[in-house]
Amino acid sequence: MRKNLNVIAAYSIMMVLILMVGIFQSWNIALSIFNLCLISAVMTMGANIQWGYAGLINFGIMGYTALGGLAAVLISVDPVQEAWRAGGFDILMSLWLIVVMVLVIRFILKRFEKSKIRTYSIAAIIISGILLIRFSAEPGIEAIEAVDPAKTGFLGGFGLPIIFSWIVGALFAGGLAFIVGKVALGLRADYLAIATLLISEIVIAIIKHEDWLTRGVKNVIGLKRPAPYEVDLQTTDWFIKLVEKFNAGKLSVIENLADRQAALNQLVIEGSSVFVKLCYSGLFLVVVIILLILTQKALYSPWGRMMRAIRDNEEAANAMGKNVVKQHLLIFILGSAIVGIAGAMLVTQDGLFTPGSYRPMRYTFLIWVMVIVGGSGNNFGAILGGFVVWFLWIEAAPISLFLINFFTAGIPETNALKAHLIESVPYFRFLLMGLGLLFIMRYRPKGILPEKIEIK
Amino acid sequence: MDFVNAIILLLNYIFIPALTYGSQLALGAIFVTLIYGILRFANFATGDMMSFGTMATILFTWYFQSLGVSLGVLPTALLAIPFGIIFMIFYMLLIDKFVFKYYRNQKSPPVQFAMVSIGVMFVTQAVVRIIIGPSDRRFFDGEKFIIKAREFKEMTGLNEGLALKSTQVITIFVTIVLVSLLFWFLNRTKTGKSMKAYSDNEDLALLSGIDPKKIVLVTWVIAGILATIGGALYGLDKSFKPFTYFNNMLPIFAAAIVGGIGNPFGAFLGGYVIAFSEILLTYAYKKFFMYVLPESMEPNSLVQLLSTDYKFAVSFSILVIVLIYRPSGIFKGKVL
Repeated sequence: MRKNLNVIAAYSIMMVLILMVGIFQSWNIALSIFNLCLISAVMTMGANIQWGYAGLINFGIMGYTALGGLAAVLISVDPVQEAWRAGGFDILMSLWLIVVMVLVIRFILKRFEKSKIRTYSIAAIIISGILLIRFSAEPGIEAIEAVDPAKTGFLGGFGLPIIFSWIVGALFAGGLAFIVGKVALGLRADYLAIATLLISEIVIAIIKHEDWLTRGVKNVIGLKRPAPYEVDLQTTDWFIKLVEKFNAGKLSVIENLADRQAALNQLVIEGSSVFVKLCYSGLFLVVVIILLILTQKALYSPWGRMMRAIRDNEEAANAMGKNVVKQHLLIFILGSAIVGIAGAMLVTQDGLFTPGSYRPMRYTFLIWVMVIVGGSGNNFGAILGGFVVWFLWIEAAPISLFLINFFTAGIPETNALKAHLIESVPYFRFLLMGLGLLFIMRYRPKGILPEKIEIK
Repeated sequence: MDFVNAIILLLNYIFIPALTYGSQLALGAIFVTLIYGILRFANFATGDMMSFGTMATILFTWYFQSLGVSLGVLPTALLAIPFGIIFMIFYMLLIDKFVFKYYRNQKSPPVQFAMVSIGVMFVTQAVVRIIIGPSDRRFFDGEKFIIKAREFKEMTGLNEGLALKSTQVITIFVTIVLVSLLFWFLNRTKTGKSMKAYSDNEDLALLSGIDPKKIVLVTWVIAGILATIGGALYGLDKSFKPFTYFNNMLPIFAAAIVGGIGNPFGAFLGGYVIAFSEILLTYAYKKFFMYVLPESMEPNSLVQLLSTDYKFAVSFSILVIVLIYRPSGIFKGKVL
């Protein structure tokens, strides 16, 4: 109990801050911050497994998040029968071609000795294969995109409950991580950072522009929900009774019956959106707790000790007979899969998939700030980082507005400088994040809750 | 005649734009490579530092315009660039003093430097957006075209027009002058040589009496010049928007690594490799083949290898391929 005091203190302060937002701003805002904090926490746990446990830099978090989101679309949207009829065959043929191509390359790699001719023939196969696929898929893609482009224009998904996508998202992201890891993990740290960053940009480019699969920048909206809809709740008896019971004190003050009914209606509308958000919070909390238990178990297991050994001294671990390359690949896949879960959760909560909104600032660098600020190598620290940084990211604008008004209180409203500053309030969040990161790196390089390994 | 038309077509749509874009990338790539070679870290704030320098240039351009100073047919920004450079260098030295110096003295690993540069990236982005705002700004004035497409057609009687924008000529000209000066400095002067020595082997360089403080200072000064000019030229040719500059960091990194990081000449060529491959692979050659081939063999499709949406993806794929097969870059940079 004693030694965990700073963990408990840090989390209590965080909870009090979110409660204060609930009391002073609104419960709706507080809960949406809380939900995104939970999603960020999942992402930071994924990044923390890679960076904190194994010392691998992954600047491709954005790509895995987007793949998780794609999984949510592909799982939950109903299949578009017409599009399948129009171009499904061509697409399947192209997929088949890709499989054949991969198999042929694998065969060549296995059968022949490494030589210049082998390299060139593989390159030739890849280039001609891409051209072939492009020309064979072209009519199918055009046909699919022509099917009611305002509403569908893509193949759709499998029409399953969206919750399954959290697992599928992890599989997608893990699959991509397998390929990326095979290709790039041999690189030195800062090269790996650049390579993963650029690969994630390629992933986003594909998701943005392959309309037949993802609808691209036309976005997919109105995804299914694991939680009830607000409109349904507002007409459900038990929910209205629940709201009435909660606000009995407030309602009984109102004498007039019509006024009381109007007040109740208002409360039901507010309550319904809070209730939906609470449902999401519950789901997300379950995921966070399961992942936390698993990652903590892993951290203190022999496997976790081995990972730390590899991180701290690769050569020594190698000499002890540990397969460094394989373990790096494994942990790269695991971490990315967790990020994929977070991506699917994010799209589930929003109910829409907008490929244009995936930007490295928000989905890669911000997550890294969270990991570094929270404390890499410590799961509680990483989660706390997710909470603190997301909270500040959202509340930076109100805080800086307050500060600007406070310090320029003597200056009249018409002053050009003051007006300009107030206008640029949204950008103070970048300043806050940057300064926060720089200060933490300088004065507390291990983060708010540093890594603490005890041998049990 | 058709053959000449085809050549003009390629010149107009591929060669000149790629040369311009390549020059802009090359300046940024040399900036990245210098910082990497001498200060030994991957600077993730590259794009935003360039946008800071451009912002300073734009502010001075506006000031000069308000005073009524202009260069006639040339853009006023050329007059403002030196002042922008001074601001940029000042900002970089400030950042170095308060941020990077500490880690240099601690001999931190490059990864930590990279993380710190992400902090600098956030701060710089905020500063630029707070001062000038996030919107698109054009600050070009003066004569826009040297040759207009229509005039060219009338002059030569060809079907294809060749448009030559003054910003393209300025970009290429300034790049050639600047890069020649830089290579002269690095290869011929004592300071330049000591920078190379410091980059090759720090301990040996220190033993032979090279002052590390001076090296760092000179590096930032050169970096400031490159960042500001590269950024301002890009802004003149296209437009200035902080977000685009942040995104440009990625092809610039690609150029620096493709050319062999730590090797300025490689970075210079890497810029053109990236620019040409981006444009060559995403250009629709239909019209070109219409001129070259006989009528019966004219292609029906656009003859485009990749859609223009994948422009960035092309350069990144090249980078990934280079990283896998030749991590030290095409022109052998630092062995890493």
